[in-house]
Amino acid sequence: MEFGPYLMLAMLEGAVLAAVLALMASGLSLVFGVMRVVNVAHGEFYMLGAVMAWVVTQFMMGLGGGPAVNFIAAAVLAPLIVGSIAAAADVVILKRLNYDPERVIVATIGLLYIIQQAALMGYGPDAKPVVAPFNERIALPWVAWGENGLEMYYPWGLSTTSYKLFVIVAAVVILAGLRLFMTRSRAGLIMRATQLDGEMATAFGIPVERVYAIVFGAGAALAALAGVLIVPIQQAHYLMGGDALLLSFIVVIIGGLGSLAGTVVAAVLIGMSDGIISVFFTPTLAKIIATLAVALVLVFRPQGLFGVKNR
Amino acid sequence: MTETTSKTKTSGLIQPTRRGALKTLAMGAGAAATMPLWARYTSAQSAEPIRIGFGKHATGIGAAYGRWYERTSVAAIEKINGEGGINGRPVELVTEDDGTDPRRAAEVLEKFANQSSCDVAFGTLFSHVVVGAAPRAGELKLPYFVCSEGHHVASGMLNRWTMQPGITDVKSQISAMAPFITDVLGKKVTMIYPDYAFGYDHRDNLAPAIEAAGGEIVGSIAIPPTETSFTKYFPQIPRDTEVIYHVMIGPAVLTFVKEMGEFFGPSRPEIFGFIDSLEATDLTSPGLEFLDGTYFWEGMPRYLQDDAPDYVTAYRDAVGLDANGASVSDPSDVSTSAHMFSCWETLHVIKAGMEAAGYQSTEDRQALIEAVEAMTLMEAGPAHPGGTKMFNGKTHQVFGPQYISKVEGGKLVVQKTVDYEETMYPDEVDYTSMSF
Repeated sequence: MEFGPYLMLAMLEGAVLAAVLALMASGLSLVFGVMRVVNVAHGEFYMLGAVMAWVVTQFMMGLGGGPAVNFIAAAVLAPLIVGSIAAAADVVILKRLNYDPERVIVATIGLLYIIQQAALMGYGPDAKPVVAPFNERIALPWVAWGENGLEMYYPWGLSTTSYKLFVIVAAVVILAGLRLFMTRSRAGLIMRATQLDGEMATAFGIPVERVYAIVFGAGAALAALAGVLIVPIQQAHYLMGGDALLLSFIVVIIGGLGSLAGTVVAAVLIGMSDGIISVFFTPTLAKIIATLAVALVLVFRPQGLFGVKNR
Repeated sequence: MTETTSKTKTSGLIQPTRRGALKTLAMGAGAAATMPLWARYTSAQSAEPIRIGFGKHATGIGAAYGRWYERTSVAAIEKINGEGGINGRPVELVTEDDGTDPRRAAEVLEKFANQSSCDVAFGTLFSHVVVGAAPRAGELKLPYFVCSEGHHVASGMLNRWTMQPGITDVKSQISAMAPFITDVLGKKVTMIYPDYAFGYDHRDNLAPAIEAAGGEIVGSIAIPPTETSFTKYFPQIPRDTEVIYHVMIGPAVLTFVKEMGEFFGPSRPEIFGFIDSLEATDLTSPGLEFLDGTYFWEGMPRYLQDDAPDYVTAYRDAVGLDANGASVSDPSDVSTSAHMFSCWETLHVIKAGMEAAGYQSTEDRQALIEAVEAMTLMEAGPAHPGGTKMFNGKTHQVFGPQYISKVEGGKLVVQKTVDYEETMYPDEVDYTSMSF
């Protein structure tokens, strides 16, 4: 394959990964930003989102819905269900630990295994597909100098699908919405107030505990939404949360824990470099470089690219 | 003696205490007192079931195979018990999950040998699990019948206690497929294979086989078996490729094949796959339409063929397969037909071996291995529905028919059957010369 089309394909693949990563990591970052809680079970909420998408579409198929209707139902219901589970876990477990950072990490590790094994028991060990609402192959044109000057042609293998483009667009829209919500809405204001100073927020009558439960649920719902978006491409599998968790941690550390903008930038960086390095070299090298980047960031800029130093 | 050593508390030696010594004596006395009971147990042992330890890939990346390996094994044991068991004793399957994990599989073997008093262990599929667990079987002196199709048994990498009498190995499969690929499909081949032991068997054996048949390998792409997204690998396929040779495993095989179709679009080269790439996956899944007209290797046909003999339909009915190779109770639960027949056949080989060796107890394990090593021709029939096979006792590996099928209207139709004679290769090891 020629260099130009090759690079374009790599970037398209990278953009899909970046979109999903940005959604997932912003959930992790939101939870850390507001609650100062490192949620190790975040990858399992992503998996649960994908599994729930399968469950909802199977249920809807029983009612005779088409793929588009089923998918919309999954995109609405799966994050809601997963968000409620997470909010309940916050109230039942994390609150009892007073959000003590070390104990919360141990508790969420426990949560990780409980969710993973429950999925194995209930959903089973197989990868199961969800039908995409639409999935046309789009061959992409390329422009190059030919015998008659500039020529447009369709290089071999250069293509994407309409659904992959939809995932990229959907992630951009959701993240823009999240940003607007945090900066413009009253609920967003309350969350930011809680983030800045929980005690002062309590003094001003903000129900901090309820805010925490909602934020934890919302973070999980974002991961679940990422899971719903990816499942028509990759299928739902009970072990899919592990790699996703690792990548979101990489993204969040590089971007700066708690910084939404940093998370998005880092997701694009990691997603794109993963796409391009895997296409031109090997996927293993892409992972090595991402991990190396984390190490370098931790050494030279521990607060992350966009993070703010602790006061 | 006992008293003196028990005083030197700081020495690093084992320190039998007086109490310990008394206990041992008491146990000995107890054993002596119950001697007549022991004797009675020995004579009753012939009615004890023969226990076959089955390491099942119930979880992990091999889960789909594990589910069907178990169903096939249960059906085979039901048949064997219905016909009077082995040496007049009933047969019992002891199933343990090995998580498709080599370390866990070695522990499972230990459990079979030491806790659940199994006579033999059987049924492992994934090659890295076999390679990881087989040395333990050798140490435990536990006959270990694997159903893995890896070349590791016949290559001499394992030991005298590990045998593969129910499924052919990758090397012989490839030697049967290569002439077809170069003669019918094309000379320039790009191979895509999983980046671990089983994939390396394909990598190492395909190039010589294709070159011997007059073709060449123009590209070779390794993909980790845990990978979930594949489009990024496909640009490495050289433009002049005439045939794609693909073999993939793991939970994401459907994504793999689907993305391959999306990559090529309407201008695909010829495609030849090992059915591993689509085991337990419905060929009519959305996105797989492009497979129509492509070819697959099968170890045994998934779809019921028009000319299927009675013993094949009997086998399929016993396992619970419909004409499409899916479960009769759930048409979306597609089987791993090309591999799971090996469980059925291996259990029948164990039966034949135990009967030839006059197997009575775990004392006779060595005799069982020697009896199986003495086996040669295995005629197609109710015990060998996969077809007539030839067992090589020196390499512990069986050779059998290979099927080349074409996708026609979402079904696999057998185009060519290669008999075992054409898949043999010179021995690389003589296990019979090794000590037990």
